[in-house]
Amino acid sequence: MLPMKQTARIISTYTGDTSGVCSALFELGGMTVMHDASGCNSTYSTHDEPRWYDSDSLVFLSGLTEMDAILGNDDKLIKDVVSAAKEFSPRFVAIAGTPIPMMTGVDFQALAKRVEEETDIPSFGFATNGMHSYISGASMAFSALAERMCTRGVKRDQTLSVNLLGVTPLDFSVNGSNRSMKAWLENSGFAVRSVWAMGSSLEEIQSAGKAQVNLVVSACGLAAAKILREIFGTPYVVGTPFGHAFSAKIIRALRTAAGTGENIIACCPSENECDTAIIGESVTSLSLAAALRLEKGICCRVLCPVETSSSLLSQNCLAATDEEELIPFLRGMKWVIADPLYRPICPADADFLPLPNEAFSGRIFRESIPNLVSNFNSFEKEVKT
Amino acid sequence: MLKRAGPKRAEIPGIPVRIADARFPSPFLPGLEYSAPARGTWNIVHTGMLIPGAHQIFVCAQGCLRGVVLTAAEMGVSDRFSTVAVREKDVLSGDMEKLIFDGVSDIIGKLPEKPPAVLVFTSCIHHFIGCDLPLVYRHLRKKFPDIDFADCYMNPIMRKSGLNPDQTMRKQLYSLLKPRKLNPKSVSIVGNDFATDKKSELYALLAGNGFTVREITGCKTYEEYQQMAESAFCISYYPAAKAAGDELERRLGQKHICIPFSFNYDEISENLKYLCETVSIRTPDFSPGIARCEAALGKTAEELGDTPVAVDCTAFPRPLGLARLLLSHGFHVTRVYADSFSSSEHADFDALQSLAPDLLLYPVSQPAMRILPRSPAEKTLAVGQKAAYFTGSGYFVNLVEGGGLYGFSGICRLAEVMSEAFREPKNARHLIQIKGMGCGCCL
Repeated sequence: MLPMKQTARIISTYTGDTSGVCSALFELGGMTVMHDASGCNSTYSTHDEPRWYDSDSLVFLSGLTEMDAILGNDDKLIKDVVSAAKEFSPRFVAIAGTPIPMMTGVDFQALAKRVEEETDIPSFGFATNGMHSYISGASMAFSALAERMCTRGVKRDQTLSVNLLGVTPLDFSVNGSNRSMKAWLENSGFAVRSVWAMGSSLEEIQSAGKAQVNLVVSACGLAAAKILREIFGTPYVVGTPFGHAFSAKIIRALRTAAGTGENIIACCPSENECDTAIIGESVTSLSLAAALRLEKGICCRVLCPVETSSSLLSQNCLAATDEEELIPFLRGMKWVIADPLYRPICPADADFLPLPNEAFSGRIFRESIPNLVSNFNSFEKEVKT
Repeated sequence: MLKRAGPKRAEIPGIPVRIADARFPSPFLPGLEYSAPARGTWNIVHTGMLIPGAHQIFVCAQGCLRGVVLTAAEMGVSDRFSTVAVREKDVLSGDMEKLIFDGVSDIIGKLPEKPPAVLVFTSCIHHFIGCDLPLVYRHLRKKFPDIDFADCYMNPIMRKSGLNPDQTMRKQLYSLLKPRKLNPKSVSIVGNDFATDKKSELYALLAGNGFTVREITGCKTYEEYQQMAESAFCISYYPAAKAAGDELERRLGQKHICIPFSFNYDEISENLKYLCETVSIRTPDFSPGIARCEAALGKTAEELGDTPVAVDCTAFPRPLGLARLLLSHGFHVTRVYADSFSSSEHADFDALQSLAPDLLLYPVSQPAMRILPRSPAEKTLAVGQKAAYFTGSGYFVNLVEGGGLYGFSGICRLAEVMSEAFREPKNARHLIQIKGMGCGCCL
């Protein structure tokens, strides 16, 4: 038997790409439709979307049936989407795919074009298929916003200004991290044009081209940053503001990038021997590693179980997607910092520091997800040197 | 606090619809679907966990795994749950059978103890790709002869084609029962997520006449589960359980007694009479049970007075039957929440068109339900979690799938819990978001 690389005996699964699309667009007044039979909407609204109960954002399911899939009855989907769009007048329409539409070869771009022609509402088609993580889906959604929704030909701000890219509850929960990042930037002398996409209006997103620089705070925002760079020439910095020293480094990088126009990956890892592992999405995990290095001199190895840019991978940031791949890297670690649902596969003799993540454990540990932007010191104290 | 992001609207054409103006069985036009945050009903993971000691392995795409793996995690049973992720290359390679076989074998090999049974859940992908599942199970059974494998399905694309996934799950739940000599004094009640109330007429009639009554909800060990195979009779009353009973009759020779859940005195009496005749016991006089219902309903109706009552389709299998019972006993039922109705509700629908033509029907999954106001203008008693959510009422009966109530005793108990709900508001926001009511959710 070949080594099995797709099994999980006991650990959880990351939020899928379809939910990633929904999460990214949730607050912007659009209407997102998951083209699926059933299940995606319940999973999204139960485990992936902490804002569901308190908001009326328009996220729906197509209710795909066996016969419609076999017969390629795209007209029913278009009719239903157009009907709902005319009823609710959303700011935009997004249609996201799931496994069966992938298998039947649904052309989501074409579907979106048809919807847009019939409604005059900007429409997007996302060829998600439920086989990738939320990073992929949210990246698609933010990229589409950058390409289609941002106002072209705008005049660059004369003073320091920034967009925060890659902010969703899947990485930052609903514990105020988004507001903390915005406040930190403002206190550091930056005007925040937009936060993609928590706490900002679609109008603010549309004005993103005016910013002098973009700050990518999770892998979800990197693709959009590259598109904004192409369209507006805006440089970007990659890093999440955890800890005083690392946050100060990001501020310096933002000023430098705004001045030179060069992109800067601020959260690049060191190459030393490590005895601490961090499991999680690349940008936030690498930033946590950088912060712990600067604050406490700890060297951390990041194990990234979701998609990330090759520019962020290194000897100390490894892609490891399955239990089978993760377990060997965890051996010999004195400390493991990860979502509590990883604990069963961690070495028994390693100290485990729980860092819950919505994208992995959903709502289970929501109340104990820390706001590392403003409360890093409390978390840092848990890490022994 | 988050703001409402959508366009709040008080009126949407066609919603609600007066029952006098409604079409049976589907009062609303089909279209996109919305998922209200009421999660008390069980899913296939919850139901599958009823087999003591069984291990579940889901073979699906990541996006589909997400909901079920977290269901198990919230139940605190991640050690009985594993996954095999299907990726694009697996769809394209034509090697899906190998993926399932290798994946399931890999997981079983890593379990600290071999489970007595493994439920393998395949998905819509396998259905569409024409995966040779019999071949997979043949090889798994050969490789692990001491493990019982059940073929289970998470294929929601089939929910409108023949047996839906819920019905199939309840059927497959008993597929591991091995033939045994039938015991004429043993009866199984099958297909329920909730144990039947011991005060119900079913227990009184059967246990009172020397029958052993078994339900999967009461099985503590795999052997106790297997003992259900001894039953000479199996009873189904929950609508989605009928296929399970039919299959047990076909495969094990158990006499299937299908006595559907009802709020109608005559139908309940007929059902119980049929049960008695089939198991050869004397049919008692049911009038005392009916009298108890009348007294209980009258007392609760008096307590509620003119308080509006809203009923939904998740609390009990027959929301129209419930509305009819309550309206005919002086309750002020104003709303019923359901997308459509089963054929067993036709008589109640027709009766309600005359009895209460202004009764309002609301859907539960139409997009419009996302934006209609959810604050009650007055104190409203909701029966069911979705009715509680849509009316915004904390005064609600927190029951799903009938909650194990049946017969005249079930009606009496319902009257009691309606009174309790009317007196004491609950934290709807917390309670209705708990998945799989009664499954020991860690939230």
